[in-house]
Amino acid sequence: MAAISPTGNGNGGSLWRRLAALPDRYVYGGGFAILLVVTVVFVGLWGTEVEPPENFFGISERLGSVCSDGATPDNLGRATSECVDTAIFWTTREGAFLFDAISNAVLKFLLAVEKVFLWIPWPVLIIGVMLLGLRLAGPRIAIFSAATLAGLGTLGLWPSAMETLALIVVAVTISIAIAIPMGIVIARSDTLDAMLRPLLDAMQTMPSFVYLVPAVMFFGIGNVPAIFATVIYAVPPAIRLTSLGIRQVSPGVVEAARSFGTTPRQLLWKVQIPMAVPTIMAGINQTTMMALAMVVIASLVGAGGLGEDVNRALGRLEPGKALFGGIGIVVLAIIIDRLTQAAARERQQALTGGH
Amino acid sequence: MAASNNGTQPKVSVRGLWKVFGTGAPTELTDELLQKSKSELREESALVVGLRDVNFDVQTGETFVVMGLSGSGKSTLVRTLLRLIEPTFGSIAVDGEDILGYTEEQLTDYRRTKTAMVFQHFGLLPHRTVEENAAWGLEIRGMERDERMERAHEVLDLVGLTGWEQFRPNALSGGMQQRVGLARALAADPDVLLMDEPFSGLDPLIRRDMQNELLRLQQQMHKTIIFITHDLSEALKLGDHIAIMRDGSVIQMGTGEEILDNPADDYVAEFVRDVRKSSVVTLRTIMEPVQVKLHADMSPKEAMNALGEQGEVCGFVADKHNTYVGAVSFAKLAEAKQSDRSDCTEVLLDDVTPLSEDMSVSAALPLVRHMSGPQPLIDADGRLIGQIVPRSVIEMMERESVAEAEESAATSAIGIGADAN
Repeated sequence: MAAISPTGNGNGGSLWRRLAALPDRYVYGGGFAILLVVTVVFVGLWGTEVEPPENFFGISERLGSVCSDGATPDNLGRATSECVDTAIFWTTREGAFLFDAISNAVLKFLLAVEKVFLWIPWPVLIIGVMLLGLRLAGPRIAIFSAATLAGLGTLGLWPSAMETLALIVVAVTISIAIAIPMGIVIARSDTLDAMLRPLLDAMQTMPSFVYLVPAVMFFGIGNVPAIFATVIYAVPPAIRLTSLGIRQVSPGVVEAARSFGTTPRQLLWKVQIPMAVPTIMAGINQTTMMALAMVVIASLVGAGGLGEDVNRALGRLEPGKALFGGIGIVVLAIIIDRLTQAAARERQQALTGGH
Repeated sequence: MAASNNGTQPKVSVRGLWKVFGTGAPTELTDELLQKSKSELREESALVVGLRDVNFDVQTGETFVVMGLSGSGKSTLVRTLLRLIEPTFGSIAVDGEDILGYTEEQLTDYRRTKTAMVFQHFGLLPHRTVEENAAWGLEIRGMERDERMERAHEVLDLVGLTGWEQFRPNALSGGMQQRVGLARALAADPDVLLMDEPFSGLDPLIRRDMQNELLRLQQQMHKTIIFITHDLSEALKLGDHIAIMRDGSVIQMGTGEEILDNPADDYVAEFVRDVRKSSVVTLRTIMEPVQVKLHADMSPKEAMNALGEQGEVCGFVADKHNTYVGAVSFAKLAEAKQSDRSDCTEVLLDDVTPLSEDMSVSAALPLVRHMSGPQPLIDADGRLIGQIVPRSVIEMMERESVAEAEESAATSAIGIGADAN
């Protein structure tokens, strides 16, 4: 047995000590990046002539009136929730240029993806999925995927299904783009991990309707607020599992790699991320499932696809149509879940198995 | 200090090295640290002393073994040599350069070019093939793929893994995985090879193979090796010098024989107790002066006279540089004299092979047990330096087996209770 060595360096230590231990070029680089962001924000605000929030969203005024009326829990709660409203209104008004830009970009992306899915003739897509299923998950999943997709086609659900698929693809892509860098950062700092953990918990447990209100205020009605709400709801597992995947890379392997003069960057890209891939993929799988669950709810703010079908059927009391829309979502969920899980499993086997 | 001599600069020189774990570790050597024992410090100040004033030198090309039980600080020690663990006080010089003063860049460069380490649990990258693992050190150095794969194949061949290049480490047995670890370390062609209990996790038979493999490779490479182990027989087999550690301190340092002959304290003596001395003590230790040394240009008559004076029937012949030539017997010399041969080298006995001085006593036993007379002993340059009397070899082995028999008789008398300690 090796001697038990509670390493003084490596994990632990305050954020500040870690910053102090960084080589100069990182400190300069980080400082420069912060400066750049601050400058961009200032220039942006300058151009749009942002009005400063009135007395911090009217907090003092409202609280003042509450106090003079005699404070009760009831009117204190109303006053603070009104403050939040004011803050959101202010953000909507002053951040409009930013939200419009995001909205445009997301919409363009979504339309492009949707166009591709609708352009592919459905037999071609079915055969493609079947081949993919055959390669990753075996004949049973391949046949199931092909049969159920063909079922969607014959039931006339194809365009809705493709619209939903496009929504999922865009939401998941944005989620991954946010989750992987954040997961990496969280994996490297215990302080940040402790700070963000409750936030991620809140994002996951908060009823998803809550996101829809500010989403509509920021982005209007349609697919964009739907994607925004979906990303907030679905991104936590991908962040968590990216961080977990990197943290659970064996310390022995990391130490061995370091002993050969591996730089932190090489360690990240050549050791930690490749070894974390199965866990990251499990996170993406969960994110996708959660995004699918959000599809129907998001139709309340005007998202299209299968969710819209279900929502409309609800309004017209057509249980048959609602059922078909629901089945369509279930089919997509099962196919995506089985395929991504199989891909993750294959990768896991490559890590632990043999040849 | 056993490991410092002959005036040349040591490859690795460690002075006054301390490692104190725990929050609020002192920034300078306080009286508290110097005077209190490891357990006192842990209980009273919540400090864990990993290393306590470690000093040693390792000469170029030697195998330096650090031996101790778990918790003795040996793994911490080897990690400080790479600054995988930062020591608290002291200095480490490699080729005269203080590595503790290195900047981040210099340290990276030092780890890439000067040293390489082999780990007890291999530390191989599971997502990469055997050849990619072997080429790891070269890859992070920025070597082109073709070049580093060529080098990787060379070292994999050296450690006997040809044909396994495309497999992933998990498909290999433990012994083979450690060969990959060894290949990875050798590929970078380091000056100093650090090995942290590399064979401890392997089956006994595989472990012996790997030890022999290391000895074979070391004969070709002449690397400076710092080898960590908890196994004294492994230390004695591989080490030119051995340092024994306990509670973070080096308590004895010297060659294997020095430690066996003269254990510094009870702790070392306890370690040494079970070692078969005969497998460590070399023939040089039990040699006697040559009884009859004959010169190669002596005539048979002169040789017979020399033998007659000593009352011996056999003698060893050496030339004027004292290089061993062969052995002659009185009877053969008499024959030669009859047939008018000019010198004694024409009638050498063909069934006498000289023994080499660094052979262990137990290894020599099968060679001498049926011999009646003394056997010649030569050094690495072939010079005749002494003779071995078979009786002394056999006696040493007998003493040992009697001691063992007595001990096992004692243990079996106590019965099952003996296992409890």
